[in-house]
Amino acid sequence: MKYETNIGLEAHLQLSTKSKAFCSCSTEFGNAPNTQACPVCLGLPGSLPVLNREVPASAIKVALALNCTIADRMKFDRKNYYYPDLPKNFQISQYDKPLARNGFLEIQAEKVVKKIRIKRVHLEEDAGKLFHKEGYSLIDYNRAGTPLLEIVTEPDISSPEEAYTYLTFLKSLLRYLDVSDCNMEEGSLRCDANISLKKKEASGLGIKTELKNMNSFKGVRNALDYEVKRQSAILEEGAEIIQETRLWDADKGLTTSMRSKEEAHDYRYFPEPDLTPFVIDKEVSERIKTDIPELPRAREVRFVSQYHIPEYDASVLTQEKKTADFFEKAVEIYNNPKTISNWIMSDISAVLNERGISIDKVRLSAANLAKMARMLDEGAISTKIAKAILIDMIDKGEAPDVLVREKGLSQISDAGELEGMIALVLKENEKTVKDYKSGKKNALTFLVGQVMKASRGKANPKMVNEILKSKLK
Amino acid sequence: MPIKKDEVRHVAQLARLKLSDKEIDYFAGQLARIIDYIDQLKEVDTSGVEPTDHVLSIQNIFRKDNVKPSLTKEAVLKNAPASEAGLFKVPRIIEEL
Amino acid sequence: MGLNQQTAAGLIKMINAGTAGAGDIVTDTLQRISDVDKKVGAFIDVAGRKALLKKAEGAKGRLAGIPVALKDNLCEVNRPTTCSSRILKGFKPPYAATVVRKLEDEGAILLGKLNMDEFAFGSSCETSCYGPTRNPWDLDRIPGGSSGGSAAAVAADEAIMALGSDTGGSIRQPASLCGVVGLKPTYGRVSRYGLIAFASSLDQIGPVTKSVEDCALLLGVIAGHDEQDSTSIDTPVPDYTEFLNSDIKGLKAGVPKEYFVKGLDSEVEKAVRSAIDVFKKLGVEIVELSLPHTKYALSTYYIIASAEASSNLARFDGVQYGYRAAGAKDIINMYSSTRSKGFGEEAKRRLMLGTYVLSSGYYEAYYLKASKVRTKIKEDFDRTYERCDFIITPTSPTAAFKIGERTGDPLSMYLSDVYTIPANLAGIPAISIPCGFTGKGLPVGLQILAAAFREDIIIKAAHAFEINTDFHKRRPSL
Repeated sequence: MKYETNIGLEAHLQLSTKSKAFCSCSTEFGNAPNTQACPVCLGLPGSLPVLNREVPASAIKVALALNCTIADRMKFDRKNYYYPDLPKNFQISQYDKPLARNGFLEIQAEKVVKKIRIKRVHLEEDAGKLFHKEGYSLIDYNRAGTPLLEIVTEPDISSPEEAYTYLTFLKSLLRYLDVSDCNMEEGSLRCDANISLKKKEASGLGIKTELKNMNSFKGVRNALDYEVKRQSAILEEGAEIIQETRLWDADKGLTTSMRSKEEAHDYRYFPEPDLTPFVIDKEVSERIKTDIPELPRAREVRFVSQYHIPEYDASVLTQEKKTADFFEKAVEIYNNPKTISNWIMSDISAVLNERGISIDKVRLSAANLAKMARMLDEGAISTKIAKAILIDMIDKGEAPDVLVREKGLSQISDAGELEGMIALVLKENEKTVKDYKSGKKNALTFLVGQVMKASRGKANPKMVNEILKSKLK
Repeated sequence: MPIKKDEVRHVAQLARLKLSDKEIDYFAGQLARIIDYIDQLKEVDTSGVEPTDHVLSIQNIFRKDNVKPSLTKEAVLKNAPASEAGLFKVPRIIEEL
Repeated sequence: MGLNQQTAAGLIKMINAGTAGAGDIVTDTLQRISDVDKKVGAFIDVAGRKALLKKAEGAKGRLAGIPVALKDNLCEVNRPTTCSSRILKGFKPPYAATVVRKLEDEGAILLGKLNMDEFAFGSSCETSCYGPTRNPWDLDRIPGGSSGGSAAAVAADEAIMALGSDTGGSIRQPASLCGVVGLKPTYGRVSRYGLIAFASSLDQIGPVTKSVEDCALLLGVIAGHDEQDSTSIDTPVPDYTEFLNSDIKGLKAGVPKEYFVKGLDSEVEKAVRSAIDVFKKLGVEIVELSLPHTKYALSTYYIIASAEASSNLARFDGVQYGYRAAGAKDIINMYSSTRSKGFGEEAKRRLMLGTYVLSSGYYEAYYLKASKVRTKIKEDFDRTYERCDFIITPTSPTAAFKIGERTGDPLSMYLSDVYTIPANLAGIPAISIPCGFTGKGLPVGLQILAAAFREDIIIKAAHAFEINTDFHKRRPSL
């Protein structure tokens, strides 16, 4: 392609404090409309905001994890515009003295590691929610005043796929910090994008469009994909891109112009007189820094070197902190990282993904998974048995040895007992034995299968194999 | 500084005020006189002077992250000019201009 | 003499001595309102007699049984609170202002709501959607504003005390024009929670009373830190009545020359000069001062106050409460029709000015510049504290003017606040007390200013003046 793509993302993250940014209303999601509102978040005349202490604390944590420089002094400003979801017709936000600036997030796709620069991180308040009906709209202010953190990147992202990767890495980081649910469906993580194309040899940036209304990571990628095609087609014709805001329509799979006059947006920012300025002590940021856990990228690198598991495994296991914690706990109890990793990444993940839950929401303990891995290695159970008991380990929290005993599933590894079964099978399958001896080596597989069947799956397959081979010599 | 009628119209639009042409003329004249007066501030040398956003030097005023009861839904909606099913009701939302 | 003519301090003594009952005080006050308010027009809403009598019966606290009236920008639960604007027609707040709660906690009897300039935009009480309030000393004249209803009600003995709010002189100027006592406390001394904002960085609630003693009493009740107002200061509230009857001999009073210039009415100047002589006789040393940036205060104020107001009043849009213009087919028309019909002319003028000075391309030339000049004005005052304990000036350049006299000329109206505005910009406390009368019998006010949180000095000086003069004892005949 002859064009270079420059994408910048603006992520809006709801901080999961108990109460709202400037009042004591609950931030809980999903309650009846207008039951979480008070004079302050409704913007009733005479009400005044007071900042929730946890809001800057959470925000500083995020900014530090994004390698930002925390401001010595921050203040709030009013962003003035009219919209019915905005109770005061201004939003308390931060303009020229944001919480933090100049950070970066390291991302990796395939083998390529890249730093996406973070331009600024600032605090603001969320708006209410609108419901559009035929000819009118309805407003619920439960969400109004929920603390939001805006994370703005430089236009460093060079493809829609990379934008998707950035969001995945950002979400993973944010979840490690335990400051937000990061749930795009519930709106706790939202993202706007700006995108411009330019000829490879051209300097500077092309004319950008802003994209809004994407409600999933895939939506962001699809909207950007569409926009790359749309803009390159325009540039191919020798025409100019119009600087504008465009809305993504997920159903139709296209973006449409909001047709708003740019000059109509004059936010008339000025310092919020109802809130004091905030001085951020170095000591405070240092203390918050010690609360930051090992972050996913660092943990991934450590997993590879410490547990000698493949990079792919390490990246999957470290995406969610709870999964990585679970893995490490199991490995600590029984040191076979690859077996434990395989089980977490395949069978256990399959169950969790199907239910859409995380590993801490099921009754499976790391100790039980470790025990199962040990039993497999010791030949006490086969993979088949392990798969058979896993669901009860997940749902009932039972130990693998208990389940094996209860279900009578323990593996038969007694050579004498196995030889008896094998003798019977050989007698019943004389033709196959002949085939094998005449050189049809895959006949052995059939015979192993017959022994397993006869033992109702309990025979130790490795031993069956060995005994059969010696008998058939 | 004279203030153009187009500017008065733009300002009225930003302030969400619907003004007739007559009112635009009237306010243009009055604002021009007021602006002419406040332009006297230009004579004050403010180089190196910090702006006063807050007259008293207080900072870092917080509250604890505690949830307290909200208003009842009835109290929230009591003053509403129009509501439906526990929500505030407004006419169709169209984008700017 | 009706009980309504007494001061609060006088009534408290009488109640304690058993010579007056709380019910009788309410009855006399309500009688007075019904007798004279048709002429004065101070009240826009009076609470029901039965409810008030019931409250008076069991009242306990520092203001037990004392009828107090509120400016119409202070929120009372489920009572009309409209800022004298059509746009808040029918609005009954679901919550109470912190000062209202404090008054109720101390047993005050809340009489009702007092007229004001619409959203406190004005100096004459003429921009109210309910029509003007009249000056009890001359019904053809304005009572001052924006707390015109508060000053007129107290002057006419329709309330024992009242609360007003002061953004650029809105308590002191009407107090001066109506011959009563009005105090704007230090910014942050009284919680603004529940005061419908005009200009957040300048607004303060304060007492309007018949005497300095009552002022000290009421200030003590409403002052104090409030967790719901980030800008309220957490310093202890002294018992302000302890500063009454103090010897002020040896204190130094500054007289700034910039307050005695062209535009100051000669009769007002004469009264203020005589007041200065009274202080001299009380042993106060008079120091000539200069506050060089005084002449920029009015411009600075109009930029900052209008800018903040344009943002504070954006919420009045017909969505959640108050007036909504009928028939709008879409949200944009609903906004503009509601606001155009809901706001009066002066409000529109200020909203236009405030929007203009914040708009793209003008912010630095106006808002930012004004915020820097504000620093210079504050520094002017800071420098004086080394040389004097308090400052004496006229409160307003003229006595009460005729209704309608200045409505056509916004700038001449704005000029009546020229002496009161600097205290708001600097955040310092200032009081207006009666100091004389013009030839036509109109009251003249004296302004006393002090450093931030030095309300104690103001009360000492003002009370010393009051007990050595008789101006506060005169009452208008209605």
